[in-house]
Amino acid sequence: MSDAMSTFVTLDLAPLLAAVFASLACGLLGNFLVLRRESLMGDAISHSVLPGLVIAFLLTGTRSPMVMFIGAAVAGVATVVLVELVKRLGRVEPGAAMGVVFSVLFALGVLLIRQAAENVDLDADCVLHGDLEAMALYWFPPTEWNAFLSWSTLTSLPRQVLTLGVVLIVTVLFVGVFYKELRITSFDPALATSQGIHAGAMHLVLMVLVAIATVASFEAVGSILVIAMLICPAATARLMTDRLRSQIIGSAVIAIIAGVVGYFSASLVPSLFVADATVNAAGMIVIVSGLLLTVAAIVSPSHGLLAAVIRRRRLARGIAVDDLLAALFRLYETGQPQLTRDRLAPMLPGRLLDVAVAQASARGLVRTEANNIALTPTGLESAAEIVRRHRLWESYLVSEAGVAPDHVHDIAEMLEHVTVQPRSGPATDPHGRPIPGSES
Amino acid sequence: MLLSLAQSDRAAFSPPDAGDGWSTLDQIVSTLTLQAGFNTSIVVVGTTLLGLAAGIIGVFALLRRRALVCDALSHATLPGMALAFITAAVLGADGRTLPVLLSGAAVSGVLGVLAIQLILRCTRLREDAAIGIVLSVFFGIGIVLLSVIQQMPTGNAGGLRQFIYGQTAAMSVGDAVLMGAIALLACLATVLLLKEFAVVCFNDAFARVSGWPVSLVDLGIMALVVLVTVAGLQAVGLLLVVAMLIVPPVAARFWTERLWLLVIVAGVIGGLSGYLGAATSALLPRKPAGGVIVLTSGVIFVISMVCAPARGVLAASWRRFRLRLRIAGEHILEEAFEHRGGDGQASLSAAQLRALATLRGWPRGLRRMLVSLLRLRGHLTATPEGGVVLTPQGHTAGARISRNHRLWEQYLISYADIAPSHVDWSVDQVEHVLSESLVRELEAALRDAGTEVPA
Repeated sequence: MSDAMSTFVTLDLAPLLAAVFASLACGLLGNFLVLRRESLMGDAISHSVLPGLVIAFLLTGTRSPMVMFIGAAVAGVATVVLVELVKRLGRVEPGAAMGVVFSVLFALGVLLIRQAAENVDLDADCVLHGDLEAMALYWFPPTEWNAFLSWSTLTSLPRQVLTLGVVLIVTVLFVGVFYKELRITSFDPALATSQGIHAGAMHLVLMVLVAIATVASFEAVGSILVIAMLICPAATARLMTDRLRSQIIGSAVIAIIAGVVGYFSASLVPSLFVADATVNAAGMIVIVSGLLLTVAAIVSPSHGLLAAVIRRRRLARGIAVDDLLAALFRLYETGQPQLTRDRLAPMLPGRLLDVAVAQASARGLVRTEANNIALTPTGLESAAEIVRRHRLWESYLVSEAGVAPDHVHDIAEMLEHVTVQPRSGPATDPHGRPIPGSES
Repeated sequence: MLLSLAQSDRAAFSPPDAGDGWSTLDQIVSTLTLQAGFNTSIVVVGTTLLGLAAGIIGVFALLRRRALVCDALSHATLPGMALAFITAAVLGADGRTLPVLLSGAAVSGVLGVLAIQLILRCTRLREDAAIGIVLSVFFGIGIVLLSVIQQMPTGNAGGLRQFIYGQTAAMSVGDAVLMGAIALLACLATVLLLKEFAVVCFNDAFARVSGWPVSLVDLGIMALVVLVTVAGLQAVGLLLVVAMLIVPPVAARFWTERLWLLVIVAGVIGGLSGYLGAATSALLPRKPAGGVIVLTSGVIFVISMVCAPARGVLAASWRRFRLRLRIAGEHILEEAFEHRGGDGQASLSAAQLRALATLRGWPRGLRRMLVSLLRLRGHLTATPEGGVVLTPQGHTAGARISRNHRLWEQYLISYADIAPSHVDWSVDQVEHVLSESLVRELEAALRDAGTEVPA
């Protein structure tokens, strides 16, 4: 094993594994929270788990993972039940009910932890933002590669990594085995119930798993990473796709990327400025996941801002070309075969005219000679189709929708661009003009 | 390392007049009556005023459904504070001064709220996800910046940590005056703008078409929320300041249905929990005041939820219980009326009573209770055999319910197209809540339709 490699394994492997395991487990569960519009349940549970942990500790006097998990699960279920109770009895909105329950429980936890901290190192700060880096101090890995596969190496990994690994396996199994149930209860609980799937039970199990993932992640990565990972990867994936399966896979990939990139940038980015400086790794992972979300929001091909802008511009151009052709056609009807730009300018203001003319002549729909614009034979055909749609809409609006003839133009002006060509129709529009293509 | 720094800070800030451990009755009384030294009194007054302001503003945040936006806002203050601290330190000033930190907090808090709006407007994500994203990412940035401060040669983050969990005892006279000013401002704004707030909170669409500046009013509410949040950072910390905004209004909601009363009750609950929390924390300095304040308001919340006469759980169950009694009693009267003999005497034998109880699923005690209640009201008399006989008064009541039943049945059959064999069950529930005027309308409707109106 090379020196650099050995340094990496000794210092970084265990915390990196912990970060990735935690990110993955939370990222997978988050898909269903985001779909159920209960993203903040993760926030609420990660706050209210605190008193559960402290009470479990005060009752049993141990910090064994089993005890902590039971305390967390009980606190998670209690949160869900209490929120539901306050929502129903208080008739307040879900957000406020959640806020009341988790903030009061968290206050209780903060007080209790101060009480408990006097005899044991339950550290409120560490619970909040984790201490990934410290984990490296507890592990002495083997120096040979082939020793890594042995059972003794595996069990010598820091406890937090093992716990997170187990929680990750449980989460993956849960999502894999109950995929169908999770999907149907997330989209339509009533349908699920009518098919014999207990929607409430699935909800509770999901919340228990969120609580367990929270508590497993606490020491290693802190609750803020849990909250971020429950929401950001799933939200990012949701911006990229409309299919649940690909959303889940995408969120897993994003969680891994955020975990790895965030972990390394915590030590690499600051050392660009100051030698040997590092920043909090859990916080860095959160920031990376936030950045990924921002990127997805901008460049996603289906739901991104950029895609929307492009779609909108393409539509605007298409409409401008349609309008240009229609204007030319109407003048052609009155016996003017070509038009000057000045006459068209009021109809297509500013640059829109140039864009439309350029597009239309590129598609061979119009001919330009100096300042004059005229329809080509193909252009005449498509222009007739547009005007036909416009006039058909006008007759429909007057005869079927009861709109006054002098009010239909503006509506038809919008609808003409987004309608397929109807086969038959009246021969003239409400204003007495012939509808092209209906002459027979 | 981090924790030990934080604790040494705390020790340095502990008020000199507060001992360790439990206090004597004397100390408790003097703290509660503001006679336990200048510092303690200032802290108690400041926190009380803060609670008052937070309670009042929280009402509008709650009614605008912004409760969790406040949570995101308070988390989003951390990076601002850290950046302000770093900037001040780089420029050579002391970053730990309150105005510097609080202005940083306010700026990044506002940025957080704007980021939520941006996510909602530009992506398909819902509000819950937007709030969660802003909350966690801003807080993540804050944590990274805190770890940067930790490594700066100029200072440690200890001065900042008090803003996460809050440190009431560290409050100075200036801070208390600041809180008082904010509280006054909040109260003044509420009194002046109550009408605007009310119309926007209850029906913003109506407010918009009536020409109210809805976004401006919303902005005003959020500005006040930012103000209270920033002021509360020092007292209760950014993790718990949201509780001061949410819990008192939700608790007050159980006591009243009127807005101005809601504002007053929420203010009082907020002020009371601030007062009790700060006093407790002055007596028990090892208990973080933020936690005590929030827990106090939590206790008030639970008491309100259970005991409040307007919407409390006890009051609601009592009302439900009485309704159930009335309906069950009416069933007895109706049954007896429909079993009246040829002489017009309405009565039920003991066996008939028992059958009715079985049919309705009444426990044994309820049947006895109903009979004695109806006897007390003079609706019936008991026979020696265990049956009941209606008095003239009970006869009238039974006749009225029986007629209501028939009226509603007729109505459902002729107007709602329900099969005659299916109407009985739903009628059974509605017959008890038909008002006098509704009965008149039913009669008129049935008469118009040419249906026979039951006598």
